[in-house]
Order: sequence, then structure tokens, then C-alpha cells
Amino acid sequence: MDSYINIKVKVWRQAGPKAQGHFETYELNHIFQGASFLEMMDILNEQLIAEHKDPIAFDHDCREGICGMCSMYVNGHPHGPDSAITTCQLHMRKFKDGETITVEPWRSRAFPVIKDLMVDRGAYDKIMQAGGFVSVNTGGVPDANAIAIPKPVADEAMDAASCIGCGACAAACKNGSAMLFVAAKVSQLALLPQGKIEAAKRAKAMIAKMDELGFGNCTNTGACAAECPKSVSLANIARLNREFICAKFKD
Amino acid sequence: MATTKTETAKVITPEMAKIPQGPLEKKWTNYKDHQKLVNPANKRRLDIIVVGTGLAGASAAATLAELGFNVLNFCIQDSPRRAHSIAAQGGINAAKNYQNDGDSIYRLFYDTIKGGDYRAREANVYRLAEVSNNIIDQCVAQGVPFAREYGGLLDNRSFGGAQVSRTFYAKGQTGQQLLLGAYSALSRQIGKGKVKMYNRHEMLDVVLIKDADGVERARGIIARNLVTGRIERYFGHAVVIASGGYGNTFFLSTNAMASNGSAAMQIYRKGAYFANPCYAQIHPTCIPKHGDFQSKLTLMSESLRNDGRIWVPKKLEDAQKLQRGEIKGRDIPEEDRDYYLERRYPAFGNLVPRDVASRAAKERCDKGYGVNNTGLAVFLDFSDAIQRLGKDVVAQKYGNLFQMYEKIVDENPYENPMMIFPAIHYTMGGIWVDYELQTSIKGLFCIGEANFSDHGANRLGASALMQGLADGYFVIPYTIQNYLSDQIGVPRMSTDLPEFAAAEKGVQDKIDRLMAIQGKRSVDSIHKELGLVMWDFVGMGRTAESLKTAIEKIDAIKKEFWTNVYIPGEADGLNNELEKALRLSDFIEIGRLMAVDALNREESCGGHFREEYQTEEGEALRQDDKFSYVACWKYTGEDSEPELIKEPLDYEFTERKTRNYKA
Repeated sequence: MDSYINIKVKVWRQAGPKAQGHFETYELNHIFQGASFLEMMDILNEQLIAEHKDPIAFDHDCREGICGMCSMYVNGHPHGPDSAITTCQLHMRKFKDGETITVEPWRSRAFPVIKDLMVDRGAYDKIMQAGGFVSVNTGGVPDANAIAIPKPVADEAMDAASCIGCGACAAACKNGSAMLFVAAKVSQLALLPQGKIEAAKRAKAMIAKMDELGFGNCTNTGACAAECPKSVSLANIARLNREFICAKFKD
Repeated sequence: MATTKTETAKVITPEMAKIPQGPLEKKWTNYKDHQKLVNPANKRRLDIIVVGTGLAGASAAATLAELGFNVLNFCIQDSPRRAHSIAAQGGINAAKNYQNDGDSIYRLFYDTIKGGDYRAREANVYRLAEVSNNIIDQCVAQGVPFAREYGGLLDNRSFGGAQVSRTFYAKGQTGQQLLLGAYSALSRQIGKGKVKMYNRHEMLDVVLIKDADGVERARGIIARNLVTGRIERYFGHAVVIASGGYGNTFFLSTNAMASNGSAAMQIYRKGAYFANPCYAQIHPTCIPKHGDFQSKLTLMSESLRNDGRIWVPKKLEDAQKLQRGEIKGRDIPEEDRDYYLERRYPAFGNLVPRDVASRAAKERCDKGYGVNNTGLAVFLDFSDAIQRLGKDVVAQKYGNLFQMYEKIVDENPYENPMMIFPAIHYTMGGIWVDYELQTSIKGLFCIGEANFSDHGANRLGASALMQGLADGYFVIPYTIQNYLSDQIGVPRMSTDLPEFAAAEKGVQDKIDRLMAIQGKRSVDSIHKELGLVMWDFVGMGRTAESLKTAIEKIDAIKKEFWTNVYIPGEADGLNNELEKALRLSDFIEIGRLMAVDALNREESCGGHFREEYQTEEGEALRQDDKFSYVACWKYTGEDSEPELIKEPLDYEFTERKTRNYKA
């Protein structure tokens, strides 16, 4: 059963992109374990506001694990110690009375800190702009049932497509690689007949952009998939590599 | 009071709403055949501002850019992919009739009109049903991985308010997949330089400029860069608002934390009519509230009602034991369970529309049959489905929803029935638009949930995604050209014009005023207070008395906010509390407008339930002779009541009936 706990929260505070950051520890008493982690952060911020101190800036929006906005490194794990969830789906029942919880922003060269726990993930958008699409305009497309797609293929594409673009993969990776993010999109579209046509071009363009933006190389440590809130599989990276090598052979 | 003005109200005619002539099924074709277009060379010279990147905003921005217009697209999140459309779970409707179960464009139109309790415009709804099929084709072409049958063709499921299976879905993440489809199309245009994207920017006002004939036209917006705090000016030949709904007026809702109604209120204050603000949808299947610290309510998809059965105990003593935590749902034998939806509505059973299901849950809980410690929950039970289909099939269909439930509630829904309760989910009301989706201000358009147009007094499940994408992909790209065709000679205007300066000053003054209050209350504490007033007095059951109380209380909250709110930090940098305060200042106004509209509408229809107007069986009782109109509210000033303008709804093609989901 959920009960009430007293905790300490050790939070990364950084006034701006160029400012020197530091940890600050706050005490919070009587936190209900049924509260979500972000609700605990709300309570902390209310406390800070009451003391006329600067509340902690953090990204969050849907609070149901799908928008990909929340992005906290909790006790050494992107999105915290539970599996297959985002920070907003983490609940205080995962923590013990008296515990000190460490909260940091994503730490990755390609995601500079904006303030406190808020980072700039614009690099993911730029990778998408480089090729994460099927080149069709609105209108003039065939009937939706004109091309049959085997159910297992559609299901596999769906699993890859479930990526929420939160950045946990790159944040978890010791090399700061965005391979799982890129692989998820390349796989989804390469699996489907609609996306197959541009598969090689897409893989090359997205990888080139990823490299250009300062993401690291993939050394298959698997940390990305282990921390992915949507359990996007490493098999996608293998598929991306295949698409990429095929594309290079064709050159 | 607003009600006294109804006698002399002005009227909007079908001509003013630009409803095309001709039979229902020919109207949209006739419109497209005769509308004015802009040639490719001229498109390049025209700038369009799109505010919002949800299904409506992203699809509009992408499509307008594909056509050749220059698009400036704004969103408050760090990426356009995060707009709240992403959270839609269940599906999207279309009249494909792939299941051969009797569906058609007319039937989708009819179900939507009936589901909306005969308070939507026939011509708009028919067009929506008509373009629904194009949406599915478009999404498949983009690589949206819809669920498929083993034969490789698209699968469908059933949703409330329909007797056919017309809902396309992608697991429980349909909104996400459709939004990512639109986002990929948008990304492609950003990459090509046809869309200039402004992330973490919030619109704070619209800029109107009079042309040579003295006609006021929307020519730009004032936006705040949420990172730097800088107030910026942007010009557009036309402005499209796609900023979503205002459900967060209630503080607790299924909306995302930053979802807000401020863009709508900004344009309302500049003269755009606000239509049917009282029509808000309470979704029946949400995870119940668990504490005062709660920040939002989580929706469990309506698709669960395909296989889940809703019940409460038959015996009051069983309910009381559940409330005290002495027994669990599974301990109650079959014969002691009251499947009240199946009992009351045999024809539609658990798949009645949302408003009906929500009120039925409230009725049972009000009578004391609630099943959790607060007495505000009913069961949604899958034990029958698990027996019939096996756990694996149920897991395949609803696995991610079950997982979500378990993470939040810490209880396994495969073993014990889920507990659910209604919560605010969607707002059917919104900015008034004509058939072209143009507001009452020239050059200012409004699409998606932000407008009022298609759902009447109640939206059917899986129709929000349909409307957002219909507006963005297939309607506005046509209708905006009819407006822009005579704007091709208008050069890009300087943002140094006095109208821009004045709008920016208005925004700056408001921010300065807020920052100067330095009171004692946090923004959230006041917002929660507003939310409670809304839920208690403008919620699922409304009376003249409750609404008058609400207006008094909201006026007091407004005073408290403007004299006692505390915003820490500075305005010229990142300041979340300032962002929230600006949005709350508008929620307070919207809440009041909702109450005023609800008080005026002396009938029950769809999501608007006035307890004085119900049948003996507790069903909504419309007053077609008095209230068959769209209530359009016109802003008249900070301290005066809004003026009511009516758009009568004449049903030319459908016979208005009392909604019946019993037989």
C-alpha cells in the first residue's frame, strides 16, 4: 500500500546555457507515494515559490508518457529507476523513506542545457528534417487498402514508430549516440512499402545529419534500448546498419 | 445578465456563414468548383502564420507549404512533435466501409450530427465525413503504421455512438502516429525552407490592420520567446489559429499541462466570436483522482469499451465495503453486479456516447454506489473478455493501456477490474468560424479543436483526430485561397507599423502588471481554486443557481488573481510561472464565459446538462424551439457582459430526433 515518505532531492541547478551549474539539496516531507515524480517536483516548486526562491525549470507536458517532453536523469537513469516509462510515469512508490534522490538534466553534447533540468533537443528535429519522412504531398495518393501489408510487418513498423523522441537513448549512451532514435524512424519507414522507395537515401541523409550535429558513434553497448521508455529494440539499429551499408554499396 | 439580451440578439444567416447552395452532398464540390485560387507564382509572395502544431496546425502548415505558400509555424513546446494531439489513443473515424457493415459518408455524417445532439452545422459535418476517407489514404501514404488484419488490409474497431466499425487505429497510440505523420510532412517542408519553425514561442496577441477600405484584417501576431522572454513581432498575410481546446480551465483534465485557451481569448478580445463555450466533453473512462497534489487526469481509451464492461454493485452494502477497502471488485459475484449501461441502453450498451456514459456514472456514484475510497469511481471489467478471447488477445489489443493503468494505480487490471471516473477531456465549443473556417475577423482562420464547427454539443470518439486532419489537410488549404486570392497585391508589411507597436505594448503592459503584483498566492493554487469551482458548478450537472454561483465565485477569483498572485523571477528570461499566469488570466475569462453561456442555454444537450431540463428517465431534454442555435459571444469590453449573436441551425437534410441509444 502507498504511504507517506520524507525525502531529500538533490537537483542540478544551472541559471542558463553558459552559467556554471551546481547541485542543490532540498528536503521534502510527507510525500504520498501515489504521487507521480513530477507531482513531487510540483510540490517542491510550490515550496520554493512560497520561500520566494527560483523554482526549478523542467520540461513536461502530457504527463501520460507519450509527448516525450519530460527528460530527467533520476538516480543515474534517464527517466528514473523503473523500466519502460517516462519520468512523468514514475511514481514515488519507487522510492524509500529517507532516500536522497539525485535529479539531473540529460547530459549529452548534442543537448545543451537551457536552464536547470531543461535541455535543447532541437538536434532531433534537424535529423528528422534531413530525411525522416516519405516524400508525398497532400492529396493524389492511392486508396489506403491498395497495397496490402503483412500484419507482422505492420506490427514491427508500429513498434519502431512508437519512439517518442525524448532523447533518453542519446542521454544514456556513453558515446552520446542517437543511433536508436535514427534507427527507429529508418526502420519504420523501410519496413513499409510506402517508405521503402527512399529507404537508402533516408538512411544516408539522417546518419550524415546525426554525425554533423555532434552525436557520437554507436558501439553496441545497448544502454539506449535498456533505458528507452518505449522499449524500442536494438534490432532496429541492425536494420539501420543494413540499410546504410546497402546504400553505400549502391554509391 | 447575459440572458436578458437574447430577445434582441443579432442573427448570423447561412449566407453570412457562407454555406454553399445545393444539395448536401454537392455543397463541398460546388464550393471547390467555384472558389477563387491563387496561382503558383503568387503563392510564393504570400506569408501565412499558423499557430500550433497539433494535428490541425501541423497538417495545415505542411500542406500550405507544399502548395507554395511561405509558412511561419509556432509552437510552445520544444518540438512540433509534442503537441497534445499526440496523446489521443483510440483511433480515427472514416467512412471507408472496409468492413462491409453498412457504413457510408451519409451514415458517418448522420452519426456525428446525432452524436452532437443536433447542435452542429449540417454542411460542415457532411464535408467532414466526405474528406474522412482521404485522410486515411494520406496517412497510409506517409507511412502511418495502422493496425492490419492477417490478410494485410486495414483493421477497424468500434467506438461509441456508432453501430458500425469505422475506427482506424495504431495500437493505443493513434494520435501519436497521426501526429508523427503530419510532423514528418512538416519536417520535410522545414527542411526545404518553406516553413519557418518557431519552437518555444507563445502567441500573446493578434495584430489587426485596416486596409484602404477600412476593413480590419489579421496581419500578424505578437509572440513571446519562452527561452529569452523576448517579445517578438511577426507578419502574415493571413493568420491560422490551431491552438487546441480550453479544457484546462478545470485545472484537472486529460489535457497536457501547457494546453491552453489563450490564443482563442486573444482573438476573442479583438472581435472574433466565441461560440458555444459551455459545450465541454466529460470523458467517462479516466483514472480517478487520488489526491490534492494531483496535476492531471489520465484518460483510458474509449476503445476499452469495445470489450470492457462497466458496472457497480447492485447492493449498497457491497459498495460501502468497496469504499472502505474491505473487499475488491472481483469478490462480488456476477448476480450482484449492475451493468448499468447495458441495463439502461440495451441497443448500444457499453458503447453509448461519452456524455451519456459519463452522466450514467455520475448518477450511480451520486446514489452511493461508487467503488473506491472517495466513492467517485465505477468498474471497467475485462474478465468476460479475458475468458472469451484469452489473456493474450486482450493484451495484444489493450496491453499498453493496461500497463499505463498499472503504473499509475499500482494494481493489475488483468486480475481486478479497472476503476474509472469521468474527467474533462475536450471542448466542442470554440472560436466561431464560417464554412471557410474563417472567424468573424477577415484573414483570421481557426481550425481543429480551437474552433466550434463540427461536433455540436458532444463529440463522438475518434472524431477529434478526423476533424483536426480534415481541417488541416483538406479544408483550409482550399478555403484560405478564396481569401488570399484578392490579397496577392498586398506587399509584406513592416512590423514597425504602429499597429504592431500597439499590440506589443498591450502585451508588455499586461506582463508588467502581472509581475508587479508580488502577492502571496502561487499561480497553481489559484488555478486549482478555479478548477474546483468549474467542476462543482459548471461541470456534469448544471443549474441556473449553480451557474450564478459560479459567476460570482469566478469574479472573486479574478480579483484575487489580479491582486494576490506571486510570480517569481524576471519577465525577460525563461519564466514558467509567468507563462502559467498569462494562461490562467485567460482561463478565468473562459470559465466565466462558459458559465454565462451555460446559463443562457436553458436546455440540456450533449455535454451540456442543465438539471432543470431532463426527461423522467434522466436523459437530456433539448428545447429545439428556443435553443436550436449556435450561441456566438462577442466581446464588449473588460467590465461589460458579452453580447449574444445567434446562428440559427436549420436542419434541412436530417430530422431532429431525441437521441435514443436504448433500442
